[in-house]
Amino acid sequence: MTVFEASAQIREKRVAGDRRSLAIRVICVSAVLLCIMSIASLTVGASGTSLLEALIAWGSGEDIGLRERVILFDIRAPRTLMGVLVGASLAVSGAVMQGLFRNPLADPGLVGVSAGAGLGAILAIVLGGLLPPAIAAFAGIYTVPIAAFLGGWLTTMLLYKVSTNGGRTSVAVMLLAGIAVGALSGALSGVLVYMADDAQLRDLTFWGLGSLAGATWTKFAVAAPLIILSLAATPFLAEGLNGLTLGEAVAQHLGIRVQRMKNVAILTVAGATGAAVAVSGGIGFVGIVVPHLLRLLIGPDHRYLLPASALLGASLLLVADMISRTIIAPAELPIGIVTATIGGPFFLYILLRNRGILDM
Amino acid sequence: MLDVRNLSVAISATTILHDVSFSADAGAVTVIVGPNGSGKTTLLKAMTGELPYSGTIKLDGADIKSYSTAALAARRAVLPQATALAFPFTVLEVIRLGLSAGLYADDTNLPKRALAHVGLSGFEGRFYHALSGGEQQRCQLARVLVQVWQPVRDGKPASLFLDEPVSALDIGHQLEVMQIARGFADAGGSVVAVMHDLNLTAMFADSVALLAKGRMVIQDRPANVLSDAHLSAAYRCDVRVNKAPPKSRGIPFILPHMASTTGTKIV
Repeated sequence: MTVFEASAQIREKRVAGDRRSLAIRVICVSAVLLCIMSIASLTVGASGTSLLEALIAWGSGEDIGLRERVILFDIRAPRTLMGVLVGASLAVSGAVMQGLFRNPLADPGLVGVSAGAGLGAILAIVLGGLLPPAIAAFAGIYTVPIAAFLGGWLTTMLLYKVSTNGGRTSVAVMLLAGIAVGALSGALSGVLVYMADDAQLRDLTFWGLGSLAGATWTKFAVAAPLIILSLAATPFLAEGLNGLTLGEAVAQHLGIRVQRMKNVAILTVAGATGAAVAVSGGIGFVGIVVPHLLRLLIGPDHRYLLPASALLGASLLLVADMISRTIIAPAELPIGIVTATIGGPFFLYILLRNRGILDM
Repeated sequence: MLDVRNLSVAISATTILHDVSFSADAGAVTVIVGPNGSGKTTLLKAMTGELPYSGTIKLDGADIKSYSTAALAARRAVLPQATALAFPFTVLEVIRLGLSAGLYADDTNLPKRALAHVGLSGFEGRFYHALSGGEQQRCQLARVLVQVWQPVRDGKPASLFLDEPVSALDIGHQLEVMQIARGFADAGGSVVAVMHDLNLTAMFADSVALLAKGRMVIQDRPANVLSDAHLSAAYRCDVRVNKAPPKSRGIPFILPHMASTTGTKIV
């Protein structure tokens, strides 16, 4: 017996059909991990002072210095919370989109949804001044995330319409359409950058760095409602996405109102991706690596996959952010580079190890 | 009971079914037969709400469109010809998908019983995509069965819609699956099946509907439908219907007859 056969047998044995208790354990571990990572994210960094001690002191009601307080609560706290929300959004968007398209390759970053959301954000930054004053005043600081949401929504709808025929979603068409949509979004974004004035260019540059560095309480307040709303919708999608793994017709026979469920799923992906892209630029690979890893561990049941993805995605992004701000401190490496550097090889490793399971 | 009147189905300007009427009673196995492309699966899909149609489909006297998706799922389970699974579920997890759709979600023992019923005991932990074609088909049958486990519940009969349920099976498992369908009908449920195998149809059907070129040729008792004349005309080949010896209850069995073949005597 080869090593591979043996390991496959062990895997088979461990699965034993029912992975629910394993899934719950994984969710608990992920939650604990996220708590640890959040504390680490608050206290690890380039400041040089012992923030962990300051945090503990603050926790026990003691007074802490102004410097510590500013770093902890005005710089690190919004950044950490933003990292949690963005990481959860990216991973959950990936999982929902993969369930919706019935394909493990669907990811907002890969199929152009992030590019569409990006185009929306750039449109808002460059042409936001042209909005009628009433609308501009009403949308206010929410203009960019709303525009990113609309961009993401239109892109997802377009992709789904183009790649689905008679209830079957063609992977090849989806990926090709994603490339086309991504290229088109990129071209239009280029035109807008060309049109932008100096102040807008500055905004665009900072936005496009794909980083949590600019996180402030204001930005957090802007992104949080849309992200939390989108994440809150996912428990209602779980059963539907499970049914959809057997195809749209079977899902319908299982009593799922497929069309409504698909609409909610598309809005969820657009909301979560749009808000995440609006505040952090394009951060790749979280949406594809996290759900994949979890599917191998606990199976594809979305009732467990979605919450586990949210928790693990958040942890992963916090780790990536910590690396991005410490590895070349005091400078920062864009977080997208970190996620791609960790995610790319890791993803290849998963693919190599599990070609048998994934190939169907 | 299911009552279909003047059903027509057109798919992108091509009319697949012309003015078809059809009925399926509770307590009976109703089999739809016909040559390739005669519209069997189209008829099944129209009845299960997968295709738009003109005409009326009534379930227990009420238009099927007046039932909610969930209400239909509680009373009707559908087994498609082939089911591709998008993600690596285990057999148990596939069965649970059917379980949560029906009225038996609380019965934790049901998946095990359903798997035993289709001859897949002990397969719970196997990955669905690693099963053979026949095993996958029986696993899907178990998923469908747990959705409408009791053929009659609260006085209302449940129905099974099966699209070529034995196409991937060996003869032993073909008989097993047909017996499951028979048992479901005998307990008061309704079974509607699309079949290719005329001999199995003769053995298990209470009513046979013969489709040809998108039209209903006849729906009646098997002995009246499975005749030389009907089958030869519908399948466009010379077909001889024989009678099994009385010991086998005189069930008709069908052999295609190659009249033009000369010199191939079987000695």
